Amino acid sequence: MTELLEVDGIEVRYGAIAALKGVSFSVRRGEIVALLGANGAGKTTTQQTVSGLLRPASGQIRYGGQRIDGVPAHEIIRLGICHVPEGRRVFARMSVVENLQMGAFRFRRVRPEALDRVFTLFPRLKERAKQSAGTLSGGEQQMLAIGRALMGEPRLLLLDEPSMGLAPLVVRQIFEIIREINQQGTTVLLVEQNAAQALRLAHRGYVLETGRIVMEDRAVTLLADDRVRAAYLGEDLGEG
Amino acid sequence: MTFAAGGGSVGRRDAWYHKPDVRRLGASLGVGLVLALVTGKDGRSGHFGSGIAAALGGVRVPSFLAVGLALWGVATGINRYGDEMRRALAPATAARKRVTGNATFRTTSLLVMLVVAIGIPPMLSSFWQGVLVEQVGIFMLLAVGLNVVVGWAGLLDLGYIAFYAIGAYTTAYFTGTLPVQPPIVLNPFLCFPLAVLACLLAGVLLGAPTLRLRGDYLAIVTLGFGEIVRIVANNSDGITNGSRGATNIPHFSIHLLGINYDWTLNSLPYWYLIMVVLAVVVLLFFRLEHSRIGRAWAAVREDEVAAQASGVATVKIKLLAFAIGASTSGLAGVIYASKIGFISPDNFLLILSISVLAYVVFGGMGSLFGVMVGAALLTWLPQFLRDYVPATDRNLYIGAILVLMMIFRPAGLLPARRRRTELSLHDIPEAETVAVPAPGSMGGSI
Ligand SMILES: Nc1ncnc2c1ncn2[C@@H]1O[C@H](COP(=O)(O)OP(=O)(O)OP(=O)(O)O)[C@@H](O)[C@H]1O
Ligand SMILES: [Mg+2]
Repeated sequence: MTELLEVDGIEVRYGAIAALKGVSFSVRRGEIVALLGANGAGKTTTQQTVSGLLRPASGQIRYGGQRIDGVPAHEIIRLGICHVPEGRRVFARMSVVENLQMGAFRFRRVRPEALDRVFTLFPRLKERAKQSAGTLSGGEQQMLAIGRALMGEPRLLLLDEPSMGLAPLVVRQIFEIIREINQQGTTVLLVEQNAAQALRLAHRGYVLETGRIVMEDRAVTLLADDRVRAAYLGEDLGEG
Repeated sequence: MTFAAGGGSVGRRDAWYHKPDVRRLGASLGVGLVLALVTGKDGRSGHFGSGIAAALGGVRVPSFLAVGLALWGVATGINRYGDEMRRALAPATAARKRVTGNATFRTTSLLVMLVVAIGIPPMLSSFWQGVLVEQVGIFMLLAVGLNVVVGWAGLLDLGYIAFYAIGAYTTAYFTGTLPVQPPIVLNPFLCFPLAVLACLLAGVLLGAPTLRLRGDYLAIVTLGFGEIVRIVANNSDGITNGSRGATNIPHFSIHLLGINYDWTLNSLPYWYLIMVVLAVVVLLFFRLEHSRIGRAWAAVREDEVAAQASGVATVKIKLLAFAIGASTSGLAGVIYASKIGFISPDNFLLILSISVLAYVVFGGMGSLFGVMVGAALLTWLPQFLRDYVPATDRNLYIGAILVLMMIFRPAGLLPARRRRTELSLHDIPEAETVAVPAPGSMGGSI
C-alpha cells in the first residue's frame, strides 16, 4: 500500500497558542483512518491544515508525494482533497441542489454522474432537492455536507465529526455511507469523538492529545487497548 | 443532545406584546407619532417643547396615527389573509404567470419601459429633466454598483462615494480643469475608461489588505477611506484646487466619422447617455449574477469558510466584487462631473454613501431591478415633496418611509428571490433547523 497523505511534524499556532506541536501521521490509498481525541485536542486544526484553511508554522504535508503545506484551500481542492467541515456549514439559504452545485465549484460545470452518485447515496437529498438547506434536519444537513464534498469528486475525503449532534441510528446510517464511499475508492480521514463507532469503521487510528499524537495502531488493536477503552470508549463499549 | 433553545424563555416570547403583529402596530404608530411631532409648524425658539405642544393641539397627531394604523391594517390583512386571497386568486395568478412568464411578454414589457424612458422625459419641465439626470439616473447607476458589493458579495462598503469622487476628479484632471495639467487633454468620453481604471486601482489597493479581514473591519476601513478621499481633495490645494473645486469641466461631445454632437447644459441628452451606460452595466451584471462568479459571491455571503472549502478563492472573489462596484461608481462620477461642470469636495460627503446604501436596502438588496426602483423612488420623492412640505421636514418623511419599509417589508420593495428566503429563515425556530430527525423518518430511504 502506498501513502496518499503524509503529515510530517506539523506545528500550528493560533497567535501565541500552539494547537499542534509536531503532529505526524499518514493515510494510505484506500484506507479509512480515524483521528480521535478529546475536545480541544487539535483534530479540527489538523484537518483544516490539511485542507489548506490553515497554514502550519513548521513541518511538511505531502499528498501523493507533492508538498501541499501552505497551498491555499481553493488549490488544494483541485488536487482532489475535499473537506466536510465541523458543524456541517451548509449554505443555509441555498437549496439542496445549489449546495451540491457549489461542491462542484472547482469544475466548470456539474457532471450529471456526480449528482446521480450523491442522489443514489442519499435518496433523501433527492426528495428535498429544492428545499433550502437551512430548513433540513441535522441528519439531512450532514448528508448534504458530505454530498457537497463528494461533488468535488475527492480522492481524499476529510470528515470532521459527522456524528455530531445526531441520534445513534442516524449516526450508524451516516457511517454506513462513509464505508460505502470508501469502498467506491475514496480514501477517508475521519475525525471523531465517537471513538467506538469510528474505530469499527476505520482501518487504522491515531489518538491526539493536546496537540500531539500519543497512540497509533490498527483500529481493532486500538479498540481493544485498555487506555483507549478507559479514556474514549467508556460505557459505549457494551453497545456492539 | 439537541441544541433546542431552553424552555425557560418560551413563556416570555409568548406574551401578547411579543406577537409580531402587535410589535409592528406599536412601531408604525410610534413612527406616526414621532413624525407628527417633529414635522409641521415650527415651535418658537426659546420655549422648550412649544412645537410639540402646537402639534398635539391640531388634527396632525390623530391623522398621522390614522395613516400608521391604516398601513398596519393593510399589511396585517395581507399577512393574515394573504394565503386565502392567493388561493382565491389562484386561477388569475396562474393566468398572469402564463403571460408574465413567457418570453414575448418579457420583451414587450422591456420595450414598453424603454419607450417610457425615451418618450416621457422630453415632455417634462427642465427642472424635472435635471432631477432625472442628476438624481434619478446617477443614483440608479450608483445603486446598481453598490448592489454588487453589498447585495451580492455581502460586503458592507460605507465609503462607496469615494470612488464616485475618484471618477469625478479623474475627469476633472484629464479635461484639464485642475491646477495640475494632464499630459493630454481629453474629451469626457475618454475619461470613462480612465476613471474605471483609477477606481479599479483604488479599489484593489484598499480591498487587498482589508478584504482578508472579516466582516465589520471592512465597514470601518471603507468609512475611513471615504472621508480620507474627501479630506485629501479638500486639503490638496495645489492639485485639486481644494475646497473651491474644479470648474468648467467640459460637456461630452462626439466628433467621429462625420458625426458632430455636443452635449450642453440641456439635461435631456444626458438622460439618454445615462440610459445607455445603465443598460450596458445592467446587462453585464445580469450575466454576472447568473454566472459561476455570481454563485461564488452568494457562497461567500453565506459562509466564507464553507465557500473556501468548496474551492472558492474567497479573497479574490470579494476583491472582484469590490472593484466592480468601485468602477461603476467611477462611471457615475464621470457623468456627474461633466453634466454639472463643477465639482468640489462638498459633493462627496459621507451622507451620500449612506444614502446609496439606503436606496439599495430599500429597493431590495441583491435585486438588480429592485435597487434601481429603490434609487429612483427615493431620489424622486424629496423633489416631489418640495411642493407639499417645508424644506426642513423633507428628510423626516423620507426617514419615516425607510423605517416603515423595514417594519413591513424588511427584504425591501422588490426583494431578490434569495433574500426573501434569507429573511424568512429567521422566523424558523432554532430547534427546527438543527433538530435530530425522527429515526423512522429516515430509515426507509437509506
Ligand atoms: N481560531 C482559534 N483561535 C485560537 N485558538 C483556537 C482556534 N481554534 C482552535 N483553537 C484552539 O486550538 C486547540 C485545538 O482546537 P481544535 O478545534 O482543533 O480541537 P478539536 O480536537 O477539533 O476539538 P473538538 O472535539 O471540541 O472539536 C484548542 O485548544 C482550541 O482552543
Ligand atoms: Mg473539532
